[in-house]
Amino acid sequence: MAHKLSIFRGLLTFKSNEQKIWGVLIFLSIITAIEVAFGIIKPAFLLTPVLGMKGLNWIFIILTIVKAYYIAWDFMHLRDEKRSFTSSIVLPLLILIPYLIFILLIEADYIYNVMSDGFLSWNF
Amino acid sequence: MEATTNLVENENVWGGGNKPLNASYGKMMMWFFIVSDALTFSGFLVAYGFSRFKNIDSWPIADEVFFHFPFLHGIDAPMYYVALMTFILIFSSVTMVLAVDAGHKMQKNKVAVYMLLTIIGGAVFVGSQAWEWKNFIKGEYGALETKGGQILQFVSADSGERVALSSFAASQATDRAQHTADNGLWYMDEATLPTYTVAEVQEGFLANSDLRVKSEMIDAETGRKIVFDRAASEAKIAQAVHVVEGANLIRNEYGNRLFADFFFFITGFHGFHVLSGVIINGIIFFNVLVGTYERRGHYEMVEKVGLYWHFVDLVWVFVFTFFYLV
Repeated sequence: MAHKLSIFRGLLTFKSNEQKIWGVLIFLSIITAIEVAFGIIKPAFLLTPVLGMKGLNWIFIILTIVKAYYIAWDFMHLRDEKRSFTSSIVLPLLILIPYLIFILLIEADYIYNVMSDGFLSWNF
Repeated sequence: MEATTNLVENENVWGGGNKPLNASYGKMMMWFFIVSDALTFSGFLVAYGFSRFKNIDSWPIADEVFFHFPFLHGIDAPMYYVALMTFILIFSSVTMVLAVDAGHKMQKNKVAVYMLLTIIGGAVFVGSQAWEWKNFIKGEYGALETKGGQILQFVSADSGERVALSSFAASQATDRAQHTADNGLWYMDEATLPTYTVAEVQEGFLANSDLRVKSEMIDAETGRKIVFDRAASEAKIAQAVHVVEGANLIRNEYGNRLFADFFFFITGFHGFHVLSGVIINGIIFFNVLVGTYERRGHYEMVEKVGLYWHFVDLVWVFVFTFFYLV
């Protein structure tokens, strides 16, 4: 099977598939290290809410999705598969998961408001 | 008879000989399984998010729950241990890709070595998770629970650090015995009694004036749990009905009941995936050793099991984010 050996849109090209694996490992490790460092330090300027969530949490989620992308594309070698095959795997997830998140989190927020603004005490 | 010959030639269309979208039947089915499993996990994680958003101002803070590190007793080390686990799993993912890569080149010994490393990494990860569970179930400080299901933790007024029940609870004479089947009703059982009774904790609390109650509620400005002043603490203590030590599926000393339930369920389900991955990897490793794939002429089975293994890693990346970071 032919391997595509470039990552970062061709910015970085490796000589062999084995080298690419190590390269991706280094990249994933750096991202994890950044996440852990942020998780321990929790810089104060990132704790302000952005779009309904702490800025730091957005960073964590974006970094997680970046990691997921490289695991799927390079470790699970989706990069080497046919585009139609890749799409048939990724598209259902890309459509259904955000949909589920959207529905349930909106609902949860609504329930939170009902419980906190209602006349009943839920916490005693 | 022409048609029959063709049929025989394509006999394995359903057996994997055909390659729609340029992926073999087996690999494609592995991918479809992964897609459905990914949806299952996202269902769990979103349900966790649902409960969390529903209780957004009282959810436990991960750093206050997971702070253990092997051989560092009493040292507050949040994040480090899970970070280590994450690296272990990512690394075992790398050895798996290397095994797949060696398989493409038909290098049997290399495949075997890398598969073995992958299995070891997976086993270490499962072991780490068991240790994490042990700490979680055992608990460190203990807490009280009110009638409404609120958890009351104890902190020192000076340092703000958590205080364990064992360091202040009074000792009172009690004739309350653990109910067991052989000394009571044989058809009923009772959960293990906590080390202290509610009255003992209350008495100990009143005798120690530097103790305060830490509530479940999060202060929106500081992002920390609200600590009551002495008078409010004493009022809260009077409402306690349970002593909670560690965690089980009913109540836990960390806060919201659902928190422990989701922790057990999601990390447990993931751990079960890792365990089955280790077992499947073991079977494939054995097949590599006896030369099954060498005779078959390709190492695609290694690739398929590799896909599953990476998926397990992928799920952990998300569990890590949503349980420990966010």
